[in-house]
Amino acid sequence: MTFHKLFAASLSCALMSSAALAADYTIGFSQVGSEGDWRPAFSKNMQDEAGKYGVDLKFANAQGKQEEQLRAVRAFIAQGVDAIIIAPVVVTGWEDVLEEAKDAEIPVFLVDRDVDVDDKSLYVTRISADFNLEGKLAGAWLAAESLGNCKIVEMQGTTGSAPAIERKSGFEAVIDQFPAMEIVATQSGDFTTEGGKKVMEAFIKSTNNLDGICAAFAHNDNMQLGAIQAMKEAGLKPGKDVLMVSVDYVPAIVDAMKAGDANASVELRSAVAEFIYPVITDYLESPKDLDKWIVIPSDLHKAE
Amino acid sequence: MQSRAVWPLLALAVILIVDGIISPNFYDIRIVEGRLFGNLIDILYRAVPTALVALGMAVVIGTKGIDLSVGSIAAISGAIIAWRIQAGDPHGLVLVWALAAAAVCGAWNGALVAGLGIQPIIATLILMVSGRGIGMMVNLFYGGTDPSFQSAFLQGLSTGSVLYVPTRLFVFTGLFLLLWVLIRRTALGLFVEATGGNAAASNIAGVNARLIAFVAYVICGLMAGWAGVILTADTHTSDPVSVALYIELDAILAVVIGGGSLAGGRIYLGMTVIGALVIQTLTTSILISGLPPEYNLIIKALVVLFVLVLQSDKARQGIAAALWRRVRQ
Repeated sequence: MTFHKLFAASLSCALMSSAALAADYTIGFSQVGSEGDWRPAFSKNMQDEAGKYGVDLKFANAQGKQEEQLRAVRAFIAQGVDAIIIAPVVVTGWEDVLEEAKDAEIPVFLVDRDVDVDDKSLYVTRISADFNLEGKLAGAWLAAESLGNCKIVEMQGTTGSAPAIERKSGFEAVIDQFPAMEIVATQSGDFTTEGGKKVMEAFIKSTNNLDGICAAFAHNDNMQLGAIQAMKEAGLKPGKDVLMVSVDYVPAIVDAMKAGDANASVELRSAVAEFIYPVITDYLESPKDLDKWIVIPSDLHKAE
Repeated sequence: MQSRAVWPLLALAVILIVDGIISPNFYDIRIVEGRLFGNLIDILYRAVPTALVALGMAVVIGTKGIDLSVGSIAAISGAIIAWRIQAGDPHGLVLVWALAAAAVCGAWNGALVAGLGIQPIIATLILMVSGRGIGMMVNLFYGGTDPSFQSAFLQGLSTGSVLYVPTRLFVFTGLFLLLWVLIRRTALGLFVEATGGNAAASNIAGVNARLIAFVAYVICGLMAGWAGVILTADTHTSDPVSVALYIELDAILAVVIGGGSLAGGRIYLGMTVIGALVIQTLTTSILISGLPPEYNLIIKALVVLFVLVLQSDKARQGIAAALWRRVRQ
């Protein structure tokens, strides 16, 4: 009996001291990849800030492939990390691996994109910006700027990805309130500069030099930057002939806004570690049910 | 030659006719900002990178090989461009660096295939999966936060125009003629086809089959490097993750649509270009069609299937026989 107590006391003492010395928690983070400008900045912020919150971050880059991501998450489970953060490549196909994490009693937190699972208890919460809200903000700005009268061409993100679906539906939810606002052409530019440029080149031809088009809405800035190049090469004046609104607020679009080539961009914060780590560490200290979605606020920036 | 060329050209014609029906002003060409401008120009313009890669692929496939790493080679040469421009090299030299890197990549593939005798699909898979990572590492040489650059020379090669014609079409024509002379006006083409047809027999006949295969991979690497130059200068940004993604599939498809056989032994350079044009025409058509992007890949797959069925003698005979039976009944 006394031995037991002693053992327990020394064990807890050892645990506490080791916790005070080394990182408090080992957390695995499976990131989508390093496409565009936003995501590398997001990854760097998560890695730089981990120490501040007593987190030993194990970082895995999935190179845009879900198979890779499933492998990384299974590796984290095998290593017995304290928690797993997933930025999902796509919304579907997550049931099995999340079940495995649940069986291993490792809490899973989603960041950035959402997953589509019936059993919401498979993850603790999702901490992310609201893609739908971003689409709504872009739509609201455009409605105000065009006084509710605007024909729009849209460059979608990767088909089937959560930001593409949500930004589109948020944007449409707002412009549907205005009978004279309409998306006349929409295509996927795969979130890349090259994709945006190709799609805008095709739009320019199919709409007879963007005749009667009042705005271009891109699901991210990279595609919008490609669209700006395509428009300039066709002798059009982006930002003046056509209102240019996109999402992300990367440094290059800030430059384009200063040059008058773009009009507005909804900021997707890359410095989000300060919103993510406290939620996770609080949960690991005292597990409790959280809302299934903790929203990181977004802002719309306008060109001066 | 004649009968083989008919089917891909017929497919191209069918796609273009459908385009004209979907979009009445599809064939309009006018001059904007001092260059020709229109869907047909776009098709030629956008087909250049795929066609360049496909030509190199045609040579490698001629040796009974395959090169899956062409997209990664394009990504590496693009990353080299951004890096060397940031480092302040003269832009002509930057082009040399980018192509040299691509040639080294090709030599690596060639060494694995011809030197070590590793199966081509596996040998080139190594660079395919690691190449984009190498490109990202190159981006990190200068911080990597802003891999964009300005270069009048390189952007001129990619997006500029001479006498109303996009410069890249001249670049392409030059490279095509160079390759054509190399393959068809020297013995190299014959040696490549001999190697692909029967490596052991051609070895006995005095052709150094391993050397020929090595040279084929270097040529393929160089062509992929040129595609990387054109694509990277187009957006003047090095984006190793997504530049030329899946271009190896389009290139292989272009070779096959052009009548090439993966069993090797044949090189059809001109028909390969037609194959690349079929693919790009299809891509451009889907973009202007106004169909939801969810259908892009399905439509592409269906049209490719249609083209390949057209090319298959057996399928044509089968369809003709079935129709004939119906007529007689």
